[in-house]
Amino acid sequence: MIPVKFDYLAPTSVEEALSALGEHGDDAKILAGGQSLLPVLRMRLNAPEVVIDLGGIASLRGIRDDGDAIVIGAMTTHHDVRDHALVKEHALLISKAAAEVADSQIRHRGTFGGALAHADPAGDLGAPALALGAQFVIAGPGGTRTVEASDFFVDLFETAIGEDEILTEVRVPKHTGWGAHYEKFVRVAHQWPIVAVAATVKGSIDEARVGLTNMGSTPLRATATEQALAGASATEDGVRAAAELAAEGTNPPSDLNGAADYRQHLARVLTGRAVLKAAGA
Amino acid sequence: MTKIELTVDGAAVSDDVEPRMLLVQYLREKLGKTGTVIGCDTSNCGACTVHLDGTSVKSCNVLAVQANGRTVTTIEGLADTAEGDLHPVQEAFRECHGLQCGFCTPGMIMQAVDLLGENPHPTEEEVRLGMEGNLCRCTGYHNIVQSVLHAAGQTEGATA
Repeated sequence: MIPVKFDYLAPTSVEEALSALGEHGDDAKILAGGQSLLPVLRMRLNAPEVVIDLGGIASLRGIRDDGDAIVIGAMTTHHDVRDHALVKEHALLISKAAAEVADSQIRHRGTFGGALAHADPAGDLGAPALALGAQFVIAGPGGTRTVEASDFFVDLFETAIGEDEILTEVRVPKHTGWGAHYEKFVRVAHQWPIVAVAATVKGSIDEARVGLTNMGSTPLRATATEQALAGASATEDGVRAAAELAAEGTNPPSDLNGAADYRQHLARVLTGRAVLKAAGA
Repeated sequence: MTKIELTVDGAAVSDDVEPRMLLVQYLREKLGKTGTVIGCDTSNCGACTVHLDGTSVKSCNVLAVQANGRTVTTIEGLADTAEGDLHPVQEAFRECHGLQCGFCTPGMIMQAVDLLGENPHPTEEEVRLGMEGNLCRCTGYHNIVQSVLHAAGQTEGATA
């Protein structure tokens, strides 16, 4: 199928994009890499009158060092995020998760900011962004504002980005030298995870951050597990005990891929694997 | 209508297209490049894979207008030698019989070329992972993987 007819705008600056968004409001959709939006348009699940393509805005692409954080431009592709030296050095968890998004072709087109703004609870980047305490820089008609990851994800496919706003970049606090692993459980190779766990640890183990994918309507932190891991030994027994707490406070969906209690079981098992691999054990 | 100018298989083309036109439609219906096929139309199967500015994309999941100003290579433009010659990866698929019905083959070859460009000497596992976005409805993966390894100079022809 092909999408319903729409008008196409290709702004070359964030200001132009914001003004187009201001003019068309509800009737417009933002196109980033298009790897989630185009299937939606093709299946006619949505039929915006105007599509605003951010692909021509060079300032939204790229990754830079900014002191205690790295800054990832919203239009940087998963492929480029995965391979970037700054990401590997200071936010290895993001690199590991970006490597697991869909497949090679999708990673060449799909963008870091687009995927986060889409906020699919089964998307691979929300949990690592949340675990690392990322900050979301959002531009609007009144200027830019910064939203903490804990406030960014509101609900299924819903974020703190307002109707007249655009996500421009994501600041990821440096976790230099932290080990990391993204453990993704799928039935079909390039599909969305049934459950996935993003784990990153300092030392073995001084501190840990654990994010959960598809265990609720938004990405979640496994805070009880994180607390139990602080000072734990990176051994099978030490980690498994902490991982037993991973499903606390989660409210996963039940669907054809698995019931909620099965997902909670997966969260505990995958957390153990992810933390052990992150710690190099 | 939106005007687009791009390079397809080495030739400069320009057209007025509807913004909703998918790149794969543009290639097939406007340019007659039916070597690129539509398999699933849901961005799952990878049969429509082409290269956009040198990297593999699923052309059913790109708008033609998004290719404006860029370079597209399809299976028809892959071999840059005289007519009748094949690209080494095409040659390897023939040598190793890396196809059954052949429908997924254009996409498999375009993805394999991308994969080998990034990793010229992949292991079998790296080939399987690198090709995960391409589905073969005949489930003929064994010889497809062998073909990619053969193109990389790591095996000697078909094993099945």
